[in-house]
Amino acid sequence: MINLRMTSLALVAGTALTVTAAQAQSTRDQISIVGSSTVYPFATVVAERFGQTTGFKTPKIESTGSGGGMKLFCNGLGVEHADITNASRRMKASEYENCGNNGVTEIVEVLIGYDGIALANAVSEDQLDISLRDIFLALASKIPNPDGSETFIENPHQKWSDVNPDLPATTIEVLGPPPTSGTRDAFSELALEGGCTSFDWIKALSKSDKNLFKEVCHTVREDGKFIEAGENDNLIVQKLEANPKALGIFGFSFLDQNSDIVQPSLIDGTEPTFESIADGSYPVSRPLYFYVKKAHVGVIPGIKEYLEEFTSEAAWGEEGYLADKGMIPLNDDERTATADNVANLRNMEELK
Amino acid sequence: MSNSEPTGSATERSTAMRNTSEIVKASVKKRYARETRFRLFGLIAILASLSFLAMLIITISIKGYPAFTQTFMQLEVILDADTLGLDENPDVSQLLKANYSGAIKKSLLQTFPDVKKRKDKKALYKLISKGGQYDLQKKVIAAPELIGQTMTVWLPVGDDVNSYMKGIVDVNLPEKKRRFKDNQIGWIESLKSDNRISQRFNRTFFERGDSREPEMAGIKGALFGTMLTLVVTLVLSFPIAVAAAVYLEEFAPRNRWTDLIEVNINNLAAVPSIVFGLLGLAVFINFFHLPRSAPLVGGLVLSLMTLPTIIISSRAALKSVPPSIRDAALGLGASKLQVVIHHVLPLAMPGILTGTIIGMAQALGETAPLLMIGMVAFIVDVPTAVTDPATVLPVQIFQWADLPEKGFVEKTSAAIMVLLAFLILMNAVAVYLRRKFERKW
Repeated sequence: MINLRMTSLALVAGTALTVTAAQAQSTRDQISIVGSSTVYPFATVVAERFGQTTGFKTPKIESTGSGGGMKLFCNGLGVEHADITNASRRMKASEYENCGNNGVTEIVEVLIGYDGIALANAVSEDQLDISLRDIFLALASKIPNPDGSETFIENPHQKWSDVNPDLPATTIEVLGPPPTSGTRDAFSELALEGGCTSFDWIKALSKSDKNLFKEVCHTVREDGKFIEAGENDNLIVQKLEANPKALGIFGFSFLDQNSDIVQPSLIDGTEPTFESIADGSYPVSRPLYFYVKKAHVGVIPGIKEYLEEFTSEAAWGEEGYLADKGMIPLNDDERTATADNVANLRNMEELK
Repeated sequence: MSNSEPTGSATERSTAMRNTSEIVKASVKKRYARETRFRLFGLIAILASLSFLAMLIITISIKGYPAFTQTFMQLEVILDADTLGLDENPDVSQLLKANYSGAIKKSLLQTFPDVKKRKDKKALYKLISKGGQYDLQKKVIAAPELIGQTMTVWLPVGDDVNSYMKGIVDVNLPEKKRRFKDNQIGWIESLKSDNRISQRFNRTFFERGDSREPEMAGIKGALFGTMLTLVVTLVLSFPIAVAAAVYLEEFAPRNRWTDLIEVNINNLAAVPSIVFGLLGLAVFINFFHLPRSAPLVGGLVLSLMTLPTIIISSRAALKSVPPSIRDAALGLGASKLQVVIHHVLPLAMPGILTGTIIGMAQALGETAPLLMIGMVAFIVDVPTAVTDPATVLPVQIFQWADLPEKGFVEKTSAAIMVLLAFLILMNAVAVYLRRKFERKW
């Protein structure tokens, strides 16, 4: 009997739960944010402050990666879909199209700041001074034939000194994020491609043979010199401490927090600092964005206020709390322009 | 050997026998040695696993225990309306937004009046946690008459000061390579000598939800999320699994169909948990439109995962009830249902409960299926209902391990300690129930 009673109880409870859930779903009083794990540490700070200083609930932020976030965001309109997605790159044309197909046509694009990507080693070692071309020659899977014949060979370099005699004679060993990570995308796009295009004839390829250009400039070698160390940047920092001969690739905020353990390498003579990333002289930095579904503004309470908080000087300004967390702010003009777009909820340009 | 062959004379036979006993005698020593070796291997295996466990617990405890203390600093904060940016009769929304961090900064500057340079000021402001302003905010909202007065408050210190006070900062490193600079050390030491620094038990850790400031981050949200999720899991999986086990074991006819069902249940128990997450996403969220990130969906997914475990252990428990009990009850005229409900089920209950708790403990540690249904998220508000967005302990651990601030290292280990305590508690309950109700035949 007990058993039967419990079963019927469970069934009743289950139905009740489903009913309340369905009700809860028809309205939502909490902003739902998805997207990039790089923007996550910044968006969460804003969300927390927003929750503490207004009467609204603290937004819920899922760290799904830029691509995953776009998918959830573009799934459609309505309370079960996310209101905002964070991205550590710009929305792609294909994603914009997908959004449009699902009725998400009015999107506000917000550029919030920059993030630098550091190449660092343990503080016990010498600081490296390296060029983008060296990085490309050390880490790309295929490199130009040294005989100058405009063909490619498999990367033969074993030591940094093979790449450039000025570099130390230590084995090339670089710990970096896996291809699913936005940091890796940005690293390939900025550092490898940056070094790649320092060869004029490869640069010319970007017009004549786009696929070959991409393959050469974005493919990281897979013979064990580049080690995929997982998405967790903290882990890379710890591994560098344990293995001082290795270099690691991670975001600027982790460098900022761990200056007692790791030191950044100079890239093209510039050290990644707050100032050098902000003024663009450090070459490996990328823009951070978020995208807002305009149709949800005014339906889900608090979106407008959240945008106000994010684009306030106290948050994203040069002295703002996001800068304290390691985000590199936009310059004054960019901030004024973006804040104006946000205040008027101007739609982003159509991507094709 | 010759003893298996038929032999002719008696002498030959006795020689053969002597040979056998000699062979046996000679091998005895070898066999004993073999047994001792085997025992030794067993012992080594146990010692090795125990030492791994000890190592795990010790490293986690060493890393985690500093998280249970928190440093506070005493400050005289002048709550004048000007600094706070308030009008004469502010309402709550104004009080929420007031510039509390400005008031705290001002009071820090008053404590150290010779700090003039911008860079030094910034370093000084970092002494107090960003969360300090919310503590002050709550105090002012609770008692708005304080505005215009000077208030002595104890505020939580920043992440770096916290590490310094706990001895985690290596002061022997050159200043350039340290986050905590010499001037900050000077300020803290002078405050310490004025008795304005105190280390206390970290209540915040148990009283608040997640936060991006390590010193303000707490585990309460994740703990409540875990409980809500497990309640849903238990309410759904226990009755369904027991009913299924009773039917299969006591009522179902033995045929090809029940065999097929049995094989499938056993297979389900071995399916990777992420698959259940995908199923949950497709069925509960995309089809039934249940809310994302809710303990309700988490519980549903986890019950799918624990069902086979509970069914299998419940069937084993039912099987272990001797047939004589059933025969006796049937012999006295009880119906089949009465036999099961009055006699077999109560006797099998300890085994069923043990299986259930083991299944629940498995569900407690699961993160993969929750990833798919959006429970891996930053959630500050402590959930109160099964439809509120929530996260669970293992997910919280995973998220804290991924954040750049150093203070989260100790929080991560402390959260692991809480999770382990939860697990040990559940297993202790299982052991207790078994001891109390178990019957031997």
